[in-house]
Amino acid sequence: MNHDPFHWGRPSQETYGGYNYNIANASNHQQESQLDNFPKVHSQQPIITGTSVVSLKFKHGIIMAADNLGSYGSLLRFNNLERLIKVGSQTVVGISGDISDLQQIERILHELEIEQEIYDSDGGHHLRAPHVHEYLSKILYNRRTKMDPLWNAVIVGGFNDDGTPFLKYIDLLGVTYTSSTLATGFGSHLAVPLLRQLIPNDIDYENIEEDEARKVLENCMRVLFYRDARASDKYSLVTIKSESNEGESTPKKLSYNHETELKVEGQSWKFAKDISGYGSKQL
Amino acid sequence: MFRNNYDNDSVTYSPTGRLFQVEYALEAIKQGSAAVGLVSKSHVVLAALKRNAEELGSYQKKIIKIDDHMGVALAGLAPDARVLSNFLRKQAMSSKMIYNRPLSTSKAVLSIADKAQENTQSYGSRPYGVGLLIAGYDETGAHLYEFQPSGSVLEYYGAAIGARSQAGRTYLERNLDTILETDSVEELIVHGLNALRDTLSQDVELTFKNTSVSVVGKDSDFKIYDDEEVQQWLDKLDSVSNARNRAGDDDADDNNENQETTEETTTTTEAATTEEASNDDNANEATDAPAEDRMETDE
Amino acid sequence: MTNATVASEYSAEVNHVPIEHRFNPYSDNGGTVLGIAGEDFAVLAGDTRQVEGYSIHSRYQPKVFNVGDDIIMTANGFAADGAALIDRFKNQLKWYKFDHGGKKLSIQSAARYIQHLLYGKRFFPYYVYTIIAGLDENGKGAVYSYDPVGSYEREQCRAGGAAASLIMPFLDNQVNFKNQFEPGTDGKQKKELRYLSLDEVLELVKDAFSSATERHIYVGDGLEILIVTKDGVRTEYYPLKRD
Repeated sequence: MNHDPFHWGRPSQETYGGYNYNIANASNHQQESQLDNFPKVHSQQPIITGTSVVSLKFKHGIIMAADNLGSYGSLLRFNNLERLIKVGSQTVVGISGDISDLQQIERILHELEIEQEIYDSDGGHHLRAPHVHEYLSKILYNRRTKMDPLWNAVIVGGFNDDGTPFLKYIDLLGVTYTSSTLATGFGSHLAVPLLRQLIPNDIDYENIEEDEARKVLENCMRVLFYRDARASDKYSLVTIKSESNEGESTPKKLSYNHETELKVEGQSWKFAKDISGYGSKQL
Repeated sequence: MFRNNYDNDSVTYSPTGRLFQVEYALEAIKQGSAAVGLVSKSHVVLAALKRNAEELGSYQKKIIKIDDHMGVALAGLAPDARVLSNFLRKQAMSSKMIYNRPLSTSKAVLSIADKAQENTQSYGSRPYGVGLLIAGYDETGAHLYEFQPSGSVLEYYGAAIGARSQAGRTYLERNLDTILETDSVEELIVHGLNALRDTLSQDVELTFKNTSVSVVGKDSDFKIYDDEEVQQWLDKLDSVSNARNRAGDDDADDNNENQETTEETTTTTEAATTEEASNDDNANEATDAPAEDRMETDE
Repeated sequence: MTNATVASEYSAEVNHVPIEHRFNPYSDNGGTVLGIAGEDFAVLAGDTRQVEGYSIHSRYQPKVFNVGDDIIMTANGFAADGAALIDRFKNQLKWYKFDHGGKKLSIQSAARYIQHLLYGKRFFPYYVYTIIAGLDENGKGAVYSYDPVGSYEREQCRAGGAAASLIMPFLDNQVNFKNQFEPGTDGKQKKELRYLSLDEVLELVKDAFSSATERHIYVGDGLEILIVTKDGVRTEYYPLKRD
């Protein structure tokens, strides 16, 4: 400590070196000369995050679910987020990852919808899932190429131009892939094996009824709630299906059903009383 | 001598509410050779008459492919058409690239209509001097649109633009019912060529050199038939020369037609500069401007 | 360092550059591809598995494409870059047709063009190993292969991607007859080169992939083979082990 009456209480220069006045003068509005010393920094990590989105195809369409939680690190920050977004009349976009980027994507998709309506004054041109997916994948890929990614993993669900179910994934790198069973984040480890038990080969979705698919999806949400510390037991679920009679080629009736505030049912915490310490201890 | 004070630019209205530069641009379409288009439930056919500036020269390109599901036929200033069709190609490709979706015909037409409209409202610009027939097949079926330099677009069952196109339109009107009902692409093409044939002047016949045909529709990509390939369709016609010429000169609008014909022959060699020529014609002789407007502008 | 807060030998590290946990714009999506040229055909094959880390993301995500004009193409490695490269090439091929009155793009022109697409991003490369295959102007099978920044050559065969190092030596031996000698010549006379038939090539491809599937976790699920002959492009599919 410095005992000079004019500098009393300051760290002594001999021991700690001179005071760096840049610290005292630091400001959010840096001068040009200082800016050169630092690279421009884009987002390097997500802030508030949503966890897994889980989805699968079935005979007549697709189901997708995502919980309503927004985490700030390990803090439960929001419990009322909607992460399944409707685009057009028959497409759902499920988004995990950074929530502010989710909201940005939501705005982009809304603009897309409006532009679409303007040029379709006569009707008949439907914005379908493959179109939404291609568009989103281009946006995410371009952002990653600018080294300024939208920090999300996204699943787009709906129908192909030929009326078959469509499910495809995109992430912050612009990587895309299809499968009859898709999940983001933790779900790709925990949920996908459960879903693939129902649909071992991609084509098998054609034999799956809606209630079977739904049961497995509900189970996935339960397992995720058990083991994903960033998951909640309150979730939303979207079912999109085309209802048509067998062998009928006339335009199918499409239904888009969005359920909110669903609860993970059938929870069992019987094992909890046996847990002590950090889990590795055998009783 | 008469002078029109309201045609120096495209942003000034005449006192009667007309935009002369835009109207002159519409005249430029009539200087070009004819193009016709017609639709059935599942297909669209375009047929066009190609000119060659002189015997030793090549024939012009009248039909341009935009994408696998779309193409245009033009009448008027060909360079303007090339600019527009290039723009349409870019639009079609970005639709495929960005949305994985073929560009819808209506959106395509509106996108060039917006471009054309801008030119009618900005100082120092010239409206496009070309009319287009846009043929496309998309998820809402087969479509035929007409594009005009004024920025207006309309959808048609059958349409004809260019020199003596009224005769072609008349043919299409008379045969509308059979055209709409037909399931045969061949029949549709024959009707298209018949309509095109009616626009011919006396000494001209449809040949594989001066005729272009294109088809697009259900399960068939846009395909242009030119040169030797077009002969197969010409073979299906009962005659390759104008019906009026065969029947003798007794048609109702014959006088009109002859007048146009003479004008036509004098302007063909100047195809590239037709716009100037036609503007001068209109301004000095004012053949097309109605009397009332001459009165207005004279004052 | 005069204005360092704490005088220490580490003070030089204060300021200048912030510690960066940088965003990594690349990932490895596994998979392996293989092209072989025959006398009057060429094949390009790839497995259909797409991975990231230890997760199998998709069991059927094709990565070999018919890009038009009887040219088949694959770009294996970072899937997003691969898709972007192929998209751009297909797009440019369309413009080539518009600009040249519908002329067919020859395989060597396509090859040179792809070099430019790749080298154009020399300082932020497409992280992919690219192979194209087709027939040359004499109707002979042609395979061109690239490194990520566009260096390329025409070859008789090439394996790329995750299991390239497993398959390539096998191909050297079976296609180019490396280390094969005429029996009874005591290793003096090399086995003479000859073109393989399509059936032989297809068997080689299937063997290469089923072996790679056994030994590499990034390979498996399905094998898609695209075949170019004078009659056009056709596709064959064979299942691979899914473990």
